[in-house]
Amino acid sequence: MLTLFVLIPIVWAIVVSFQRTDGFGGGTFSGLANYQRLVADPVFWRSALNTVLFTLIVTPLSMGLGLGAAVLMNSVLPARKIFRSILILPMAISGIATALIGVLLFDENSGLIDKLVRAAGLPGVPWQSNGPAAFVSIVLVTLWSRVGFNMLIYLAGLQAISPEVYEAGRLDGAGGWQNFRFLTVPLVGPSSFFLLILNVIYSFQVFDLVFVMTGGGPGNATSVIVTYAYDQGFVTRDQGYAAAIGVVLLLVMLVFTAVRWRTSRSRDLVE
Amino acid sequence: MASIPISLEESRVRAPRRASRRRPGRRSLMIRLLLAIVISIIVIFPLYWMVVVAFSTRADLLGGALRLWPTTFTLDNFTRVFTAFPVATWFGNSTAIALVVSVITVTINILGGYAFARLKFRGSSAVFLVALATLMIPVQVIMVPLFSLVTNLNLYGTYWAVILPTAASAFGLFLARQFILGIPTELIEAARIDGASHLRVLRSIVLPLSKPLIAVLFFMSLLQSWNDFSWPLIALKQNELFTLPIGLLYLQGQFGSDFGGTMAFALINVAPMVVLFLIFQRYFVQGFARSGIR
Repeated sequence: MLTLFVLIPIVWAIVVSFQRTDGFGGGTFSGLANYQRLVADPVFWRSALNTVLFTLIVTPLSMGLGLGAAVLMNSVLPARKIFRSILILPMAISGIATALIGVLLFDENSGLIDKLVRAAGLPGVPWQSNGPAAFVSIVLVTLWSRVGFNMLIYLAGLQAISPEVYEAGRLDGAGGWQNFRFLTVPLVGPSSFFLLILNVIYSFQVFDLVFVMTGGGPGNATSVIVTYAYDQGFVTRDQGYAAAIGVVLLLVMLVFTAVRWRTSRSRDLVE
Repeated sequence: MASIPISLEESRVRAPRRASRRRPGRRSLMIRLLLAIVISIIVIFPLYWMVVVAFSTRADLLGGALRLWPTTFTLDNFTRVFTAFPVATWFGNSTAIALVVSVITVTINILGGYAFARLKFRGSSAVFLVALATLMIPVQVIMVPLFSLVTNLNLYGTYWAVILPTAASAFGLFLARQFILGIPTELIEAARIDGASHLRVLRSIVLPLSKPLIAVLFFMSLLQSWNDFSWPLIALKQNELFTLPIGLLYLQGQFGSDFGGTMAFALINVAPMVVLFLIFQRYFVQGFARSGIR
């Protein structure tokens, strides 16, 4: 019985590790050719830069907005449950549907957002034909779908803080902002740490939104590592090259995990 | 607790909207309520707009004027989508795949969770960490080898090409382990002393106590698999095997800028999960929130 329970995860882990290493260079062994090509490939670097940029923008924004919303939802508020339900609703929407709603809203010819912008007397934004604008539209749609999750985790963290802490803060003369800055933010530290990891992982893996909303365009302006890998592997059909991109992504993830591992250990030592 | 050496007056000036939790001023309550309403509108509006577009006529959508509410009501978009695509088949595929994936995932995660929580074996924590680490790997990293694996196993072109890799998810493993750790050891040990096998313990003690866990895991993997896109996109080739998200993409490719049709179909994709999500919100919230408590 022991073997059965133990075997399932082990075999499965072995299968996964096997899958990672398999498939290099396809049928013929080509040595490091794929990697040499990778280093010299400007589109790859562009995609990598976009991925990092996306992560750097989306992670703090979704965490900040999530925390703000969580504080709001944790305060005295009528119909709090209804508001909370609304805020987490995007979590139930599939990535592709989210992306298509994004396409609908951000369409530069007939999209509602553009109509609103023009109605306000501002010039229309070329959401599809302008690289940065396309990037912003993806970020906005991502935030729409991600903030609810961040809020939920923070809410769980906030509810674990005992009210006495705030009482003590109040006696010490702390106002709303001090409470937030010196009590709330440090006390939800574990949630923040967890969310940081999750958001970075998520951002590195962003696929469906980019794939559907811009397809990496215009001119690779929004291409990210995973969409580029998909393009190479299943559109251009250069699977060896796609696998090489995947391996690089994997290495980045491993470094990130290692850093996370070390910091969480040192945190334990500090605490 | 460190004291905060800033005067109360100053803080009031700087942050009038966050009053003390204990004594919410009327004004601050109104501001918070307003803020909550504004946020909710921002969140709900895209969904509202999807519904509006799905039920609007094409002429209405092509009109250049700005309007935020429906002026016409039509089911044309739905009829068009249903006649042009095997929507019912896709719906059935999605349902079947999501259900099978969920059953397999829950089974694996509970078995694994029990193993990691209650069986001490050499290297158990290392294996556990490796299993969790696989969660960080995007499917695009392993898609090429996974694809050849699936092809070599002669699964390509079947539902199993989607089901098996999707079901091999460690997502609920951590949750399951934590939950089972919470079951009193005495209960399990008493049963073991009475001669019960691990399977027996699992069936007669752990499972009856784990109903909330099973519900959480089940809904989470149902949601995940129903909405999954990246892997099915690679693993499904024939039209008649498509799941709803893949069908949606396919349909968008065919319909182009026919937003009415696209949104009608998006609504078919989204509605079941939204309904389930709202009804069983407690379980989803628990699942998401617990995954965050470490």
